[in-house]
Amino acid sequence: MAAITEWLDERLGWNAIREFAAHKSVPVHSATMWYYFGGITLFLFTIQVLTGVLLLLYYRPSPTEAYESVQFIVTRVEFGWLVRSIHSWSANLMILSAFIHMFSVVFLHSYRRPRELTWLSGIALLGLALGFGFSGYLLPWNKLSYFATKVGTDMAGSVPLIGHQIARFLRGGDDVGGGTLTRFFGFHVAVLPGITTLLLVLHLVLVQKAGMSSPPWIKGENLPQIRFFPNFFLRELMAWYAALGVLGSLAALFPWELGEKADPFAPAPAGIRPEWYFLAPFYTLKLIPSHVWRIEGELLGLFGFGLLAVWWVLLPFWSADRRGTLRQRLVTGAGVALLAYLATFSVLGYLR
Amino acid sequence: MAQRRTIVRWLLGGGFSASIVSFLYPAIKFMNPPAIPEAAVNEVSAGKVQDLKVNAGKIVKFGSRPALLIRTGESEFRAFSAICTHLNCTVQYQDARREIWCACHNGLYDLNGKVVSGPPPAPLEEYAVRVRGDEVVLSKRA
Repeated sequence: MAAITEWLDERLGWNAIREFAAHKSVPVHSATMWYYFGGITLFLFTIQVLTGVLLLLYYRPSPTEAYESVQFIVTRVEFGWLVRSIHSWSANLMILSAFIHMFSVVFLHSYRRPRELTWLSGIALLGLALGFGFSGYLLPWNKLSYFATKVGTDMAGSVPLIGHQIARFLRGGDDVGGGTLTRFFGFHVAVLPGITTLLLVLHLVLVQKAGMSSPPWIKGENLPQIRFFPNFFLRELMAWYAALGVLGSLAALFPWELGEKADPFAPAPAGIRPEWYFLAPFYTLKLIPSHVWRIEGELLGLFGFGLLAVWWVLLPFWSADRRGTLRQRLVTGAGVALLAYLATFSVLGYLR
Repeated sequence: MAQRRTIVRWLLGGGFSASIVSFLYPAIKFMNPPAIPEAAVNEVSAGKVQDLKVNAGKIVKFGSRPALLIRTGESEFRAFSAICTHLNCTVQYQDARREIWCACHNGLYDLNGKVVSGPPPAPLEEYAVRVRGDEVVLSKRA
């Protein structure tokens, strides 16, 4: 064993890695449990990659074959229904976990200096996760996903000046069709995973560099700590096991439905709505009237979402005043307001 | 010496930038989908008169786009583009309310294609309907 370690150390600097792991510690306080959600998100992403690779063995990205190939997976391939169900449930749980992780970072004020880049890379990763959700939703080529993609790409098309170009780029043409499906497939299995992997590495390196943050109200240098390896890591493993248990139960007890095949010449079905994480903007767009002060409601909604997104992305830069004092109440209030908006409008969007 | 170094730096930097641009330009152009010319469709057959009941609607193909044909009376028809002016969903006819409805964001249009309620910013494009023998024909209005 010692010989192997020495061999590895000579080639990889193994001892330096061990030394780093041995000295890495995690503060223990009343909010420590929120530290687990970043790891859970990463774990669910790994499940996505593994089940996604399995689905690739049978999936065919064309309008004439996509729906049938997914139908083949869930009805004919052994455990196909389970693999597809895990992929869909895991996608949803991953986004839920990423949202919990983001809001815990906000409420524990972990975004503050010197962790601005960690926040920005995390937000970009959340955006990519939503991109995965949006592109993956179309792949089974069913009615709901077809209309969700029509609405989503049309929203992009409303952006002034460059909207038409963006919509054409996303659709691979003027309308949602075969070109859109192959594009979304390419984004989903190649472009987004590539960018995500790079950003994920950056995010994890930044987390390691800055160390674990403690909330501002927990002070003192003698804060109890546990070693990251093996103590925190084993606890994180237990959290992963719990997540796996939840995921397996949901996937087995509530297999993800396939729905009806998309038909470009059928009306949008009653009760149509997007995935839960797009429900809040969906319901907001439903409420905005056709025109507000001569401005198209849809454009106004998009402008509002854009402003909200920019404001949120820049959170670390307005969270402190010029002297560097944290505006703790303001950020917490903003976090509560955003969470309340997302939760309320998502529920209303689901019910109405 | 310093001047020669500056020239070399500019040449190398310029060459490197030019090669990046020469890689990116075709890649970006490649990603932009080519415009596929479509034969202009100005008139389509929407089936037989007897295939559509009074106070019923159906989606028919108008070129590559959906159109909504509604039979409002024994010999009265109305037809519109079935694409909602809000966010591009396909609308449907609601016989109970005698209105056109978009399920995506609850947009409502009347039988003239005008917006009754909801977020659609503009009326539906109306098509002319003629009955030729027992065939219903839709055409674009001039």
